[in-house]
Amino acid sequence: MPTMTLLQAISDALRYEMRRDERVFLLGEDIAEFGGAFKVTKGFVEEFGKQRVINTPISEAAIIGGAIGAALNGLIPVAEMQFMDFITNGFNQLVNVAATTAYRWGLPVPIVVRGPVGGGMSAGPFHSRSAEAWFAHTPGLKVVFPAFPADAKGLLIAAIRDPNPVLFFEHKGLYRKIREDVPEGEHFVPLGKARIVRPGTDLSIITYGRMVHIALEVAARLEDEGASVEVVDIRTLVPFDEATVFDSVQRTNRVVITHEATLTAGFGAEIAARTADKAFEYLDAPIRRVAAFDAPVPMAPSLEQAMLPSAEKLLDTCRQVLEY
Amino acid sequence: MADVVETAEIPAITPTKLLNDQQRVALLRWMLHARIFDEVTIRLYRQGKMFGSVFAQIGHEAISVGSAAVLQPEDAIFPMHRDLGAHFVRGVPLRTIALNHLARQGSMMRGTDGTGHYADPQRKLYGNISHLGAMIPVAVGYALAAQLKGEPIVVLNYIGEGGAQTGEFHEGLNFAAVRKAPFVLIIENNQYAYSTPTTEEYACKKLSDRAIGYGIPGETIDGTDVERVYEATFYAVERARNGEGPSLIEAICMRMRGHAEHDNASYVPRELLEYWKKRDPLLRYQRFLVENGILSEAEIQQMRHEIEAETVRVLDEVLQLPFPPAEEAFKNVFL
Ligand SMILES: Cc1ncc(C[n+]2csc(CCOP(=O)(O)OP(=O)(O)O)c2C)c(N)n1
Repeated sequence: MPTMTLLQAISDALRYEMRRDERVFLLGEDIAEFGGAFKVTKGFVEEFGKQRVINTPISEAAIIGGAIGAALNGLIPVAEMQFMDFITNGFNQLVNVAATTAYRWGLPVPIVVRGPVGGGMSAGPFHSRSAEAWFAHTPGLKVVFPAFPADAKGLLIAAIRDPNPVLFFEHKGLYRKIREDVPEGEHFVPLGKARIVRPGTDLSIITYGRMVHIALEVAARLEDEGASVEVVDIRTLVPFDEATVFDSVQRTNRVVITHEATLTAGFGAEIAARTADKAFEYLDAPIRRVAAFDAPVPMAPSLEQAMLPSAEKLLDTCRQVLEY
Repeated sequence: MADVVETAEIPAITPTKLLNDQQRVALLRWMLHARIFDEVTIRLYRQGKMFGSVFAQIGHEAISVGSAAVLQPEDAIFPMHRDLGAHFVRGVPLRTIALNHLARQGSMMRGTDGTGHYADPQRKLYGNISHLGAMIPVAVGYALAAQLKGEPIVVLNYIGEGGAQTGEFHEGLNFAAVRKAPFVLIIENNQYAYSTPTTEEYACKKLSDRAIGYGIPGETIDGTDVERVYEATFYAVERARNGEGPSLIEAICMRMRGHAEHDNASYVPRELLEYWKKRDPLLRYQRFLVENGILSEAEIQQMRHEIEAETVRVLDEVLQLPFPPAEEAFKNVFL
């Protein structure tokens, strides 16, 4: 098995699907000869030509709307947002057109909108956002947020083959940081299945995206303190794998939920509410959340580090829950 | 509604060589269908028997009918909210239209939405959503896919002059132009966006002038002359089919009713309505057909009575139907 970064695994999934299915094509800003701002599609135009790797004007509504129309006409578009922050300019297309088409027309809209998200790079308020909760709140959209290269490949393949619109969030801080063995060729990870990335017995950390790696770091440190911490990577927000999460909570009886997105009305609130609703009797401590401070993502490293959830904050919260 | 009005003030139709008399009769029939659907639903609305809004398209019939009639069955059409005529041209049965409009059991949208918002993929008709402008990029994407697949189809899309002020109008049309997509956009300029007159909507002389900025052909035409609309659309569609890219057509008309039937349009000057009354697309065409011996007044009357009887019957039947069962609300959020 080749070793790949998250970014290479995403490229690999796109290339694999484009070779397998002629209907799959890409559109986005600077994605052709230039290979995209992060080089996810480097070399693609050489292999697939400019008809299937389409450079677009800076028109997010046209990119996403165009993808929807192409999907209605039988193709499978994968649209790249240069930064997921700019998805706001195509918001109408996602929440009003894509998300309602199955419901109103019974027609599939097999599009994927993917791109880099997340903070930690001093990129400021407009290149650092975690925007997944907006879309999780819109029925009709699937929301995927991988933490590992192999999952990224398998989930992106599943997203491309899904008949529904799928938003695929790629934390840019993980693009070149995480490396692991990734299956060559076919690799399908179904949407809606969480994964226990570290088993434990005393506490469950429920998380996704970049915070999975911070949770693993925290779990290792707590092991030195004698606590056995389980880390559950939900991998997809919609559909949400309640079974795996509740099963974990029922075994450990303590839960901390963490994500990089801001706290209020974040997806952690949804997980907490459902856990309280369905697994209340199993809990030995209050459900706690660790998320970003409710503010735009600031630029100066001193501010950004203070605003984003850190290993220290997560560690502290886990200790409190363990000691409760 | 008056029939053929004898008045010299009605401007003549500019006949096109592209149409034969049989096609002309078909155009009239579709325009009558659209007009009568409005008349009947307005009546029902006043009687409190309608469901939802009635966005009458009286004054627009020549645009939707004259342009949709150009298309081949494999071409796709993305109408706006005053294009019922195009639905008839595409062959959607009256009953299907009524079921969708009234969100009754048996509607293609299962009661999830109403009016002309439905899609009929067999007839390659994709309705609008309420958000004005939203369907322009979608229609462009549909055209783009045809281009990628090498299918020689054309996509015809419509927008009001109000909707033409959205960002999606610009993004969609520019993208279509850059890709030379087989796409034709018709702006139905009916002088008002709800209560807002065109002087408060845009500052250019003609909306078709925008075409220059996109590097595509643009033309402003009389949208109440069905043959003029047919001809302009014909050449734009031919151009798109030949791979020469999109065109923009601005068709001028008047919204002869309120924005919807709740609105008495008191903000529209009476003289303006008087002016446009003489340019009623249906009356103009009826007169043309009679003067040229294509149909007699009696034949037109007969056609009108048949369509009216059918429309009343179908709407009455559909209004008796129940709304879809509640469990439909929980289906198809995802496929
Ligand atoms: C994006 C958006 N904003 C506002 C509205 C509310 N609205 C519905 S129709 C309309 C006027 C539309 O004018 P125009 O596009 O010229 O079409 P017309 O109704 O005159 O045929 C408005 C403001 C809407 N549907 N969508």
